[in-house]
Amino acid sequence: METLLGIKGRDFVMLAADTTHARSIVVMKHDQNKIHQVSDNLMISTMGESGDTEQFTEFISKNIALYKMRNGYDLSPRSAAHFTRKNLAEYLRSRTPYQVFMFVAGYDAQEGPELVFIDYLANAKALNHGGHGYGSMFTASIFDRYWHPNITQDEAYEVLKKCVQEIQKRLIVNLNNFNVMVVDPNGVKKLDTIMASSLAA
Amino acid sequence: MALAEICKISNASYMRPTAWATDDVNELKSYASNFENPYTLAAPPFANPVENLNKIQANADKTGIKIEFDHGTTTLGFKFKGGVILAVDSRATGGQYIGSQSMKKIVEINDFLLGTLAGGAADCVYWDRVLSKECRLHELRNKERISVAAASKIMANIAHEYKGMGLSMGMMLAGYDKRGPGLYYVDSEGSRTAGNLFSVGSGSIFAYGVLDSGYDYNLEDEAAQELGRRAIYHATHRDAYSGGIIRVYHMTKNGFKVISNEDCEMLHYKYQAEKAAQ
Repeated sequence: METLLGIKGRDFVMLAADTTHARSIVVMKHDQNKIHQVSDNLMISTMGESGDTEQFTEFISKNIALYKMRNGYDLSPRSAAHFTRKNLAEYLRSRTPYQVFMFVAGYDAQEGPELVFIDYLANAKALNHGGHGYGSMFTASIFDRYWHPNITQDEAYEVLKKCVQEIQKRLIVNLNNFNVMVVDPNGVKKLDTIMASSLAA
Repeated sequence: MALAEICKISNASYMRPTAWATDDVNELKSYASNFENPYTLAAPPFANPVENLNKIQANADKTGIKIEFDHGTTTLGFKFKGGVILAVDSRATGGQYIGSQSMKKIVEINDFLLGTLAGGAADCVYWDRVLSKECRLHELRNKERISVAAASKIMANIAHEYKGMGLSMGMMLAGYDKRGPGLYYVDSEGSRTAGNLFSVGSGSIFAYGVLDSGYDYNLEDEAAQELGRRAIYHATHRDAYSGGIIRVYHMTKNGFKVISNEDCEMLHYKYQAEKAAQ
């Protein structure tokens, strides 16, 4: 019942993720952050089977940190996504697959911005915009309607707001808050959380 | 036996106890290997325990074999300005049967770390014991008490290692360390999360109701302890699988304090009398 969203512009990628942590019918937590900064120019948002999400995200991010220590330079976002996908695919064929859905988002001076959609079957696809979870069903058309190649960060944030509004209006599950983070040539930055109360104002 | 050694009598076949032939010993060792290393816990003697155990349970009517695991609990924990409160009931049930009314569902890992049990009683007791050992070893190796974050991570890593093998646990770890008061929720899914307020178990939905409506971070010590007690009491009242003694613990910067161990029945009449007097 969780939702992840992602949107890419000319020189940035913006991710949004809801903040609920639910177990059966109970919401255990209302401020769970699901977007993790992995390096100066890379972030990963994760949802899926609880436990797997934390364990896999940490595994990936620590390995990417190790790569930097060994080589003295960062893995590019494209390579990071490839690394993530390959690991997920290998675990998929093991006795203990990770059931995680994620976005790998980063900015690279040479390669530009990168937004990669990865699902639990280790499908990976670079996209301009996309979503995971039930919420994404409602937002696909919003992205199609409002996304354009020259979209600015302000516009992208507004589109994400529209998406959250739609989710809160049409999805049966109550997803109150959405954390938003952006990566651009200046690095990773956390933006204001989109909240039900801030949308009303 | 020294003489026997010299005479090499102990090597003679008649000196070996037949009941302890090496095959038996090896078999016993393989099933009890977790006494030496707790992480080599023998899996159930059939493949894919999660799926097949459910099948065994589903066919109980035909086979007459049904395992009733001890279950059912209400536990809660919350952080406030005075530290962390933990409150639990003490009933252990196996199906409809109340196995115990006096279980200790709060484990005292050390003076600054407490754990709560919910879910499969055996799983929780076993792994909490392993956790206690790990925490003590950490203390001996590092000359410093383990942080709540690290302790909860040990537990989460264990849970994740055994994920899908049928463990059933939902525990909270409460403590006080360099970072101040700490409260973590860890479960058999392998998830681990820090928070200000948690409730776990079959009665948690009832406890949450009382807890959420009375919670305030700036509660005074006594009011906070009473809130925890009240929330568990109301859960024991509504949830058939919770009951017995209501235990309240308070974790402060000077270590934990046992606040009360009261029978929920006594509390019921006390609260009723208070209500009647209003």
